[in-house]
Amino acid sequence: MNMEDITARRNEPWRDELRKSMPAKDRTNIARVVMPELDPAYRITCNEEVNQGLTEEQALLEAKRCLDCPEPLCMTGCPVGINIPTFIKHIEKGEFLQAASTLKETSALPAVCGRVCPQEKQCESQCFYLKKLKKQPVAIGYLERFAADYSREHGTGEVPACAPANGIKIAVVGSGPCGLSFAGDMVKYGYDVTVFEALHEIGGVLKYGIPEFRLPNKFVDVEIDTLRKMGVTFVTDCIVGKTITYDDLHEMGFKGVFVASGAGLPRFMNIPGENLIGIMSCNEYLTRVNLMGAARQDWDTPVLSGKNVAVIGGGNTAMDSVRTARRLGAERAMIIYRRSEEEMPARKEEVEHAKAEGVEFMTLHNPIEYLGDETGKVTTMRLQRMELGEPDESGRRSPVEIEGAIEDVPVDTVIVAVGVSPNPLIPNTIKELEISRRGTIVVNEETMQSCLPDLYAGGDIVRGGATVILAMGDGRRAAAAMHEQLSK
Amino acid sequence: MNKIVSKEFFSDKVVKLVIEAPLIAKARKAGHFVIVRVDDKGERVPLTIAGADIEKGTITLVVQTVGKSTVKLGNLNPGDYIADVVGPLGQATHIDKVGTVVCCGGGVGVAPLLPIVQAMKAAGNRVISVLAARSKDLIILEDEIRASSDEVIIMTDDGSYGTKGLVTEGVEQIIKREKVDQCVAIGPAVMMKFVSKLTAQYNIPTVVSLNAIMVDGTGMCGACRVTVGGKLRFVCIDGPEFDAHQVDFDELMMRLRSYKEVE
Ligand SMILES: Cc1cc2nc3c(=O)[nH]c(=O)nc-3n(C[C@H](O)[C@H](O)[C@H](O)COP(=O)(O)OP(=O)(O)OC[C@H]3O[C@@H](n4cnc5c(N)ncnc54)[C@H](O)[C@@H]3O)c2cc1C
Ligand code: SF4
Ligand code: FES
Repeated sequence: MNMEDITARRNEPWRDELRKSMPAKDRTNIARVVMPELDPAYRITCNEEVNQGLTEEQALLEAKRCLDCPEPLCMTGCPVGINIPTFIKHIEKGEFLQAASTLKETSALPAVCGRVCPQEKQCESQCFYLKKLKKQPVAIGYLERFAADYSREHGTGEVPACAPANGIKIAVVGSGPCGLSFAGDMVKYGYDVTVFEALHEIGGVLKYGIPEFRLPNKFVDVEIDTLRKMGVTFVTDCIVGKTITYDDLHEMGFKGVFVASGAGLPRFMNIPGENLIGIMSCNEYLTRVNLMGAARQDWDTPVLSGKNVAVIGGGNTAMDSVRTARRLGAERAMIIYRRSEEEMPARKEEVEHAKAEGVEFMTLHNPIEYLGDETGKVTTMRLQRMELGEPDESGRRSPVEIEGAIEDVPVDTVIVAVGVSPNPLIPNTIKELEISRRGTIVVNEETMQSCLPDLYAGGDIVRGGATVILAMGDGRRAAAAMHEQLSK
Repeated sequence: MNKIVSKEFFSDKVVKLVIEAPLIAKARKAGHFVIVRVDDKGERVPLTIAGADIEKGTITLVVQTVGKSTVKLGNLNPGDYIADVVGPLGQATHIDKVGTVVCCGGGVGVAPLLPIVQAMKAAGNRVISVLAARSKDLIILEDEIRASSDEVIIMTDDGSYGTKGLVTEGVEQIIKREKVDQCVAIGPAVMMKFVSKLTAQYNIPTVVSLNAIMVDGTGMCGACRVTVGGKLRFVCIDGPEFDAHQVDFDELMMRLRSYKEVE
């Protein structure tokens, strides 16, 4: 979105009127809203969503805080450039459905992003309140979630209008946020879109990774249903590169292929004892629980989840795993992270929620070995204490070992959440594709087009492990570019 | 949803199912497997494809009904549907004309062995198959194996059929008698371990197909990880076949016990 548009919309009479309806000083005196959440003692006994969402009164008041800045700094922090003041002012005016439409102009999945975006590093980190007034930023994420939830619950349920069908077949590989947002835009342009998914469920990480207590599946399903109603076809249990090949897709008449296959390959640390029983990747742990229903009555898949659970890592996947472990009955649930809390890549809210739920944070610790009993079950984790040294190339202060500072901690379950690599299936099966040294698909950053003219890619398979909003933004950019190419 | 076309019991615990899966039938090669989820609350279980009919659009699975999911699967009848069948997964068997190949299968391991025996024969090898089981009624697919083998040796633990003894004795008997260029072994981990030990003594290149615990089967979870040649490998995408002499069988057997207490 360019500055002219932003100014033009800000200059609409209703906005002007609204700004004048309350002096800026009064606005800045309002305290930031506090998200109502379930009590920690209760929530660790169930899988219910922790954040309960703002009430209408809370949302109306929080929206008043926003100063409707002429040059909204918040927007510079949003990876897809949502027109933040416009949607917030619609909320202030009580026009919740219009607020949701404004969000939908740019974001395909606002109910998801309002819940999982790292706002404190994006829009909210740039807000005028924080930058200039040294006050807490406007709760942009909470308001986004509010508007999206409101429109789902109170909207007409009408599906977005689509251009007349043009009969051109487009294939999407992978049904995570990237593939879904691409599919949504392409079907609106009039294409005949089919999404192929390797797993038995649609949704990618939103389903198998992010737990119910943070993102209930039913909200993801609403989005998928809308896409279905718009005409998108979903094919589960179909692995492109295995069940059908890229060449098969051409034979089947597909004129464009969008690869959004994610970063599914879990990394391990390759330290002694890591293959002992009870040690698994966060992907395995979360997939068993979220996708396969382990721990739910009547579901067949088992999961090992003990009383002393250590989760290695400091990202969202680590927080999701450790909080899941608490819910599955861990008495001692620990985060083991080799840097300090400041460097943790996880959303701040997740760290706070984890702490409230009784998770222990052992920062500046790094596992170096696991020991097991005679049956091969892990019993002990050997940790090396660390201290922070000089900042490394990523700007984070790199941890260095404190010589001799080694301690043993009893464990019965260890979950390794030290990152993921790009899913190698597509890169391995389409030989002509240009692949980076990290295993990602190389694309033109503007159009998301690969070196094969009809193959575009986006999301984690292009970026390595990234975020939902970036994946979604890629999908939308790729759709616009592919549409332009096919319209020529 | 995939329809069961036919069902046949080889023994009271081993059942052969023919399932509609046209795309998989077309794409599969010897050595590939599928992941099956019997119903909406079921586990994802890996099963090797024992055969396929491209024209009819079907694949054949041979299932030993030992766990919760395989028992459920065995209880289904022709006309019933399986919730999910996905594949073909894994790397196909590397088939070459090498000379004389000994193919040994233990228990239901004979089912995944069959397409390899057929492919090895078709590639022009002399194929000697060694089938082993506890007793006569657990020897499966004997006729099919015979059709593609130059010689078949049967070994049973109780001597109720063929020669009484272990699979390794059958294999060693061949090695002592003639030059063997390659060995393929599929069966319980402990059987593969001892075949591997034996062929290592004689320097015979040996391939085994590993039956690790799996969840997704696409490289996403790492449940199937094994150590091969000191390196971390995923059975579902790097395997299921590996150079037997590099596999850490003790670790594999340990990991296979992961859920013993839970089940
Ligand atoms: C536990 C966890 C928590 C996270 N928390 C957050 C968070 O709070 N905020 C945030 O912004 N981000 C978070 N992320 C990251 C975010 O989920 C990802 O960046 C995002 O999902 C990437 O989207 P994608 O569409 O590229 O890939 P994915 O969501 O990974 O989807 C890819 C899909 O493609 C399928 N697939 C792969 N190969 C094939 C093939 N050959 N044929 C057919 N299908 C195929 C896969 O099965 C999968 O369903 C989290 C990730 C995890 C794992
Ligand atoms: S920077 Fe903050 S105050 Fe300004 S428009 Fe954005 S949200 Fe409102
Ligand atoms: S089964 Fe999940 S990685 Fe192999």
